[in-house]
Amino acid sequence: MIIIDCPYCGPRDHAEFTYVGDAARTRPAEDASQATWFDYVYLRDNPRGPHLEYWQHSSGCRAMVKVLRDTSSHRVLACGLPADQLEAEQLEAGHLEAGQ
Amino acid sequence: MSEYSVLRLIANTITGHANWRRAWRDPEPRKSYDVIIVGGGGHGLATAFYLAKNHRVGSIAVLEKGWLGGGNTGRNTTIVRSNYMLEGHAHFYEKSLQLWEQLSRELNYNVMFSQRGVLNLGHSDAQMDGFARRGNSMRLNGIDAELLDRDQVRRRIPYLDFSDSARFPIYGGILQPRGGTARHDAVAWGLARGADRLGVDIIQNCEVTGFKTQGNQITAIETTRGEIGCGKVGFAVAGNTTQLTSKLGLKMPIESHVLQAFVTEPVKPLIDSVVTFGASHFYISQSDKGGLVLGGDLDFYNSYAQRGNMPTIEHVMAAGQAMIPGLSRMRILRHWGGVMDMSMDGSPIIGTSPIDNLYLNCGWCYGGFKATPGSGWVFAHTIANGEPHPINAKLTLDRFERGKLIDEGGKGPFPGHH
Repeated sequence: MIIIDCPYCGPRDHAEFTYVGDAARTRPAEDASQATWFDYVYLRDNPRGPHLEYWQHSSGCRAMVKVLRDTSSHRVLACGLPADQLEAEQLEAGHLEAGQ
Repeated sequence: MSEYSVLRLIANTITGHANWRRAWRDPEPRKSYDVIIVGGGGHGLATAFYLAKNHRVGSIAVLEKGWLGGGNTGRNTTIVRSNYMLEGHAHFYEKSLQLWEQLSRELNYNVMFSQRGVLNLGHSDAQMDGFARRGNSMRLNGIDAELLDRDQVRRRIPYLDFSDSARFPIYGGILQPRGGTARHDAVAWGLARGADRLGVDIIQNCEVTGFKTQGNQITAIETTRGEIGCGKVGFAVAGNTTQLTSKLGLKMPIESHVLQAFVTEPVKPLIDSVVTFGASHFYISQSDKGGLVLGGDLDFYNSYAQRGNMPTIEHVMAAGQAMIPGLSRMRILRHWGGVMDMSMDGSPIIGTSPIDNLYLNCGWCYGGFKATPGSGWVFAHTIANGEPHPINAKLTLDRFERGKLIDEGGKGPFPGHH
């Protein structure tokens, strides 16, 4: 299981969450160029390793949670609110069980 | 290398099976090749096979980072079908199915292709209307499809949940009689042997670590077994496509997701076709060993882990029991995960790339296995001629930018939704 530390509810099983996807992208301005919008809508970095992503706590408080997770191991490295700058170091040792 | 035949089998039986020769060579990589295919799964091997067989392109190598068919070729549910509705899909998948029908003979290798039929169940009037529309489109494209009502389905598969208490009552289904299953390992091995006999060097344990480029061309591929010069390069590494393209600065409309599959303990013959549930994503067939082979949805998060998680397993099992209540006592013997290239419209990409001598074969989502021979056939054509064949001409990389998506599911630009 992947355990996600919801900032409001605490550590919860990922079955309570809906995966929203890549959180590294920024929505462009309405009048941005076609190329910018194409990049935003369709293209992904799709890294193997740490991936910044949103999960919505849809069966809980419904908050959007920002998660830094390793896509090669499913290990969660850090969790926070969407506006937070996540650093893996923020995580206190042993605070979260490694996800499988 | 010699042909496999009954006489050869008898001769080798008499000599205690001591004289079988290896099915393909294990060559050292040469300094350079005219065409290098990266990825020794079904698609890469089929590409090499059809390149060598149908086209004159010079020397060909297939580079595989592990062993042949150790990726998604060995991690699927072996279903083969061509029940697609849209232009851009229909003729491509039908070509693939036609190649399947002759593949064992073409390769002199039994890929155990079994046309046992693929049946999709419908659970509402709307779904049956959708099936009628899809079936009509298929038949107009010369692909076989039969619309079945509830009684016809019941006569074929009486042990589905036809009770009054079924949560999702069965209204009918759509059947593609020519669909079925094939033995996935045999497909990789047969294609490897076929390609090798035509002079293709298949180089295993050879992982691509980087590229040397000049202008807009790849001039050499850096691998764990040294640098190899190249004329043209084809990627057939579904799941890891973006791992390679990112080394070239190409951003792709692809996310990698994990898809799980399962096999139960072997039982006596029970399911004689492929059956899919229409109320949830679930598909099942029975292998020749007797195990029920089943699968469902993605885990729905980016992953390269080749293993999934429990909530999806629970969901797949629940769907299976809703469809066939008799499965409730079956025990799962094994389960595994494969890494899918989820494209932004649910359709594959086979064609040219922004780099002059690089060709892409990727974005297979849930359904790469059925396309194996067709994918290799059109990809070989695309590499040899520098432009797509008419039947893969719509499956281009630039279709996303041009708004020409091929979205069979009608689900929009969400990689996990297809």
